[in-house]
Amino acid sequence: MYRIGIDVGGTNTDAVIMDGEKLILGVKSPTTQDVTSGIVASLTQVLADSEIATDQIGAVMIGTTHFTNAVVERRRLSKTAAVRLCLPAAECLPPMVDWPDDIRETVGGHYWMAKGGNEFDGREISALDEDELKGIAEAIGKQSIDTIAICSVFSPVNDEMERKARDILAARLPDANFTLSSEIGRLGILERENAAIMNASLRALSAETVEAFGKALESAGLSCPCFITQNDGTLMSAEFVRAYPVLTFASGPTNSMRGASFLTGEENAVVVDVGGTSTDVGSIIKGFPRQASTSVDIGGVRTNFRMPDVFSFALGGGTIIKPEEDQPIGPQSVGYRIHTEGLVFGGKTLTATDVAVGLGMADIGDREPAGSLGKTLLSKMYAIMDEMIVNGVERVRVSPDKIPVLAVGGGSILMQDQVGELPVIKPENFAVANAVGAAIGQISGEVDRIFSLDKTSRDEALETAREEATQKAIAAGAKPDSIEVLDQEDVPLAYLPGNATRIHLKVVGDLDG
Amino acid sequence: MSVEPIKTIEKADMADIALGGAFLGTGGGGDPYIGKLMAEQALDEHGPVRVADVDEFDDDALIMPVAMMGAPTVMLEKLPKGTEVGTALSSLEAYLGAKADAIFCVEAGGLNSTIPVAVAAATGLPIVDGDGMGRAFPELQMVSMTMHGLKATPMVIADDKGNSIVINAVDNLATEKFARVATVEMGGAALIALYPMRGAEAKKAILRGSMSLIKSIGRIIDAEQAANRNPAQALASELNGIRLFEGRVHDVERRTEGGFARGSCEIVGLGPNDGASITLEFQNEFLIARRANGKPLAMTPDLICLLDLETGQPITTEQIRYGFRVIVFGLPCNPQWRSDHGLELVGPKYFGYELEYQPIEALNG
Repeated sequence: MYRIGIDVGGTNTDAVIMDGEKLILGVKSPTTQDVTSGIVASLTQVLADSEIATDQIGAVMIGTTHFTNAVVERRRLSKTAAVRLCLPAAECLPPMVDWPDDIRETVGGHYWMAKGGNEFDGREISALDEDELKGIAEAIGKQSIDTIAICSVFSPVNDEMERKARDILAARLPDANFTLSSEIGRLGILERENAAIMNASLRALSAETVEAFGKALESAGLSCPCFITQNDGTLMSAEFVRAYPVLTFASGPTNSMRGASFLTGEENAVVVDVGGTSTDVGSIIKGFPRQASTSVDIGGVRTNFRMPDVFSFALGGGTIIKPEEDQPIGPQSVGYRIHTEGLVFGGKTLTATDVAVGLGMADIGDREPAGSLGKTLLSKMYAIMDEMIVNGVERVRVSPDKIPVLAVGGGSILMQDQVGELPVIKPENFAVANAVGAAIGQISGEVDRIFSLDKTSRDEALETAREEATQKAIAAGAKPDSIEVLDQEDVPLAYLPGNATRIHLKVVGDLDG
Repeated sequence: MSVEPIKTIEKADMADIALGGAFLGTGGGGDPYIGKLMAEQALDEHGPVRVADVDEFDDDALIMPVAMMGAPTVMLEKLPKGTEVGTALSSLEAYLGAKADAIFCVEAGGLNSTIPVAVAAATGLPIVDGDGMGRAFPELQMVSMTMHGLKATPMVIADDKGNSIVINAVDNLATEKFARVATVEMGGAALIALYPMRGAEAKKAILRGSMSLIKSIGRIIDAEQAANRNPAQALASELNGIRLFEGRVHDVERRTEGGFARGSCEIVGLGPNDGASITLEFQNEFLIARRANGKPLAMTPDLICLLDLETGQPITTEQIRYGFRVIVFGLPCNPQWRSDHGLELVGPKYFGYELEYQPIEALNG
């Protein structure tokens, strides 16, 4: 069976068709306002060009930045009720306390705090109070809100209270949809709660989007299952995305990095994506992006999703070069206007592309105007640009091993055969790396919580975590015998006497069937 | 030192204070973020806090620090109720039969650099421009007050449920041990009021000017970041600090010993330090910096701070990873720490390093 990978970007919708590990071909079409018709156009074209019958397609994988954009642009977000189970603790900083005013207003800013929650070692802060929750259900009903996010203190350690509270509220609000923070976030209550509220506010949009994806497949004559890629590059079923749209937030850079890794066959590498105005650099370990350890802002809201650790700096093909200044490289860029403003295209602005062309590193447009600036000056400018790239690569590099650098993106002509001491590989088909990244997605399972080592050993705790993660992966559709540990880390809690350790463990496996 | 004394703290000052607090955390002390939000909220509601020089108080005034104790990781998940410090403070006042005239920060680094501001705003008490550490340290007896023979007790430790415990102990190390046990029972993080002292005692025991120092550091880092410059140069010239080393993190090793997150990281030189390498040893905070030949470059109680080379942002010991480009920055500790008694409390030997203390200026003369 074949797989189709689709990347719905802001400008283009790309599609690739793959036979196992082999890329057959890729196409690009413009992204449309309604999303669906752009996907239909890509699907139709990729099927026609490859002459593969629709019943030969086993699965379609879609990567999309649709939900991230909705948050950044504050559009299509539903009114949401945030319910925090914490009292008497955690009252001092209510839900959404650190949100920018505009997005808090967009989702309504409604919150309730109630008894409940656990301590770090699993004890209850206080028992759940059913009557209190019934009262909250009534208040939410009066506000005509049907989207609810529930967050309980230490729910990554014990999620029982969140589930019980949902049952109590659901009994009185039968039409409401619920997001439980323990299902999407990690320790750090404000960040996890923020993620849960954002997820809840995106539920209506995600229901609509998933339906649009389904219709697009149907219109293209496909009846196979449809998956969406999530932050870590693994897959979720379309039904799952309906409930957890926030898990797609970082799928763009993830798919690009995984696609580059796949296209070159390099599982451990640094990926450098040079665009028009900026460069993104990230590390690939065993085919997956290294994750950031710090909090990540999405549209001004602090979250702690596991996002790829991407370092960005202002150097792209359109970056403006001012040789006479102290800091001659950027940060301004002519961006997409390079085709009229760059020297090689007959414009009047010296850009990073012109420097590369002037030095004979690339053959685009007219070399003469840039070349006439002289090799000394161009080389001096290029040396600074090269240093920026070297520094970026060194920053994300994870070991002293001589791993390759994978150069992708339209601005990768700025890169030579070597970055510092590391060899550079420029994959063919890099233009569809994102869609390839989607097509090769696997299934994952993840555990991140605090384990008490009072009665169990560290090894036993790790084994428990591995078992839980494996069960999650199987439940999400992974082939049991293909599952392996991708990432494992345990950090003892600082400033507390021993015995408590935080374990994060992730497994991945191939998609079953 | 060109530190401008501050007289008030307003909401707009909290970003700088949190940044300066992260710097003085010397790699530990917890993320000041939660304390910053609490302070911003309290300042919004109650208005600005007055910052006072300790000399402004009468010799018989009652002054005491308030703080968070326990694991910052826990507090980031189980946020405070908000009234705990007030409870700790008022219980201690009731026990003493007297009202506090001012509070202060027990440690100038990390989470505890921001939490007392929230309390000061809510109670209307002034905050003394000073602290007990001039940086962050992990245990509650590691303060200048211990050096001056002041007792941590009577001390009150309070939780979110309304429980509070009064501790009376024979010495400050014993207080630390009892309080640590209570902290675990209270859910891993609790709030405390301790070291009640008279104005006359505070004038001797407090490390002066800490709030102004925190604010200055934050302001410098912020201004240099805005100008796209690394703050190390400005910090060095304005604070008598020493830019110890510039390089790239090459190796990080961590282990747990005696309830401490211990470890070390190797930094390979760049730019002016090309060809050299150093090792930083940490136990929650950075404690020792050594050259490749084993010779020390700086050691506790002098401050060793790690800054991101590009952004100038302080980096904690939990965050360090291979590949980070960093500046290692050293700051002389408060001179009080260099006394025999001071070094006994927080010198290299207390943390288990077989090193005779040498001041950072002498090591880098």
